Amino acid sequence: MKAGSNLEKVFAAGHLAVTGELGPPRGADTGHIHEKGKYLIGMVDSVNVTDNQTAVVRMASMAVCRLLLDMGIEPNLQMVCRDRNRLAIQADLLGASGLGIKNVLCLSGDHQKFGDHPQAKNVFDIDSMQLIATVKKMRDEGKLINDHECEGVPPYFIGAAVNPFADPFDFRVTRLAKKIEAGVDFIQTQCIYNMEKFRTYMQQAYDQGLTEKCYIMAGITPLKSVGMARYMQKFVPGLEVTEDHIERLKGVDKKKQGDEGIKIAIEQMQEVKEMKGIAGIHVMAIEWEERVEELVTGAGLLPRPQVA
Amino acid sequence: MVVGESKPIEEILSMVADFNKILLTGCKGCVTVCNAGGQKEVGILASALKIARKKEGREIEIDEITLERQCDPEYIDQLEDPIAKNGYDAVVSMACSVGPQYIAKHYEDMLVFPALNTTFIGGSLEHGVWAEFCQACGACGIHNFGALCPIARCAKSLLNGPCGGSAGGKCEISQETDCVWHLIYERMSRLGQLDKMANVVMFKDWTSSRDGGPRKIVREDLKQ
Repeated sequence: MKAGSNLEKVFAAGHLAVTGELGPPRGADTGHIHEKGKYLIGMVDSVNVTDNQTAVVRMASMAVCRLLLDMGIEPNLQMVCRDRNRLAIQADLLGASGLGIKNVLCLSGDHQKFGDHPQAKNVFDIDSMQLIATVKKMRDEGKLINDHECEGVPPYFIGAAVNPFADPFDFRVTRLAKKIEAGVDFIQTQCIYNMEKFRTYMQQAYDQGLTEKCYIMAGITPLKSVGMARYMQKFVPGLEVTEDHIERLKGVDKKKQGDEGIKIAIEQMQEVKEMKGIAGIHVMAIEWEERVEELVTGAGLLPRPQVA
Repeated sequence: MVVGESKPIEEILSMVADFNKILLTGCKGCVTVCNAGGQKEVGILASALKIARKKEGREIEIDEITLERQCDPEYIDQLEDPIAKNGYDAVVSMACSVGPQYIAKHYEDMLVFPALNTTFIGGSLEHGVWAEFCQACGACGIHNFGALCPIARCAKSLLNGPCGGSAGGKCEISQETDCVWHLIYERMSRLGQLDKMANVVMFKDWTSSRDGGPRKIVREDLKQ
């Protein structure tokens, strides 16, 4: 065991792991963290807490992770390189470990151009690849980037994201291999809609032996409506919402589009479950936490395993 | 070269709003090449300012001088005579921001204003179009990236790109911006060096960049 987190134990015991996601509030009100969090208890093995997602200021991921721990939910601390230099990153990693956080997801971060403070200066002192290497170095060598020894080593289960749908496609599996070389333990993919492309990506990863070297979780986001699908298709960079999904949503009454979206997501989960090399599913029900139970039930992912 | 562009005329007019006589100085260096602050642009800006002020019923007197370079003290010295003789209220420089700083240093009691926004170190792509190519990090390593700079040309300065926002050869921030990592990939592919892209590039030392503080080069062989 590297960190002994619940997520790591679920993987280690050979179960298909399930993670969820929770976006912190745009203010100091913790009420809706509890509101959203309670829908996730018992439904997933751990919950990603986003870090100023889409470059919009929100309550700090680390703080919300601690609030989830208090609710009995295991958090995955998302950390982006956009907002902090290597001093702040390492300090936050030590601090989060001190608060009992065991899973970290290493990300570069969306450009601030998309966010609510486009006038901000970005940092990008290190990138996501180097962030993975930083956490690994702290954990395995007990050293900071500058080779100084840590007084107390933070045990982290190290995660990262991949986007099989970005270009150039032929480089995407190489980039996954780089993340493994840098030290990643688990991977969550971008939301999958183009299943054919994802299948090709997974086959390549499997053929190169990469699925033996880290746990890969397929990212699933249910579509709420035709409007949301079109928005994601047009405005979310690197996200490929295929027309077949939009056609299916269009085929039902407007009030039933949400239900159809849930149905599609369940079918996707059943499909990815059968793919070689898939070790888990990352359910990103954005502002739709109340439907997570339906999703994981439908996909046959309950009950979540109790691992010691 | 250093690429600059003119500030909006309204901003320059507000800078000189309180003055009746100014010296407008151009530069024959980079800003002439990028059509922003050479002799021709000095003439155009002087005319525009005069016309605008005439409309307001408060004419402004403007003398024009374009120096060989404004980033060299020997040329800045050439302003001594005109400044001493003509009683300017202020000097407006159309050089990159080095120019107005040099003038301010040399003429301690003179008000100095920049007429340009100094934008980047770059080159022209076609007539009338310029793009950024270098961020002056002080430790060039472009040979590791197919001779293309990811620090200046990737929106996130990633050293292990392309990120998940690269689509169709374009950067996630704009359809107008090429994804330099896509270009690097294509070039490495052409050069038969894709294996190099499989290596994790580790932490960059930013001490040679602006992060190490304002920089200075001392060449003992040239210094007398």
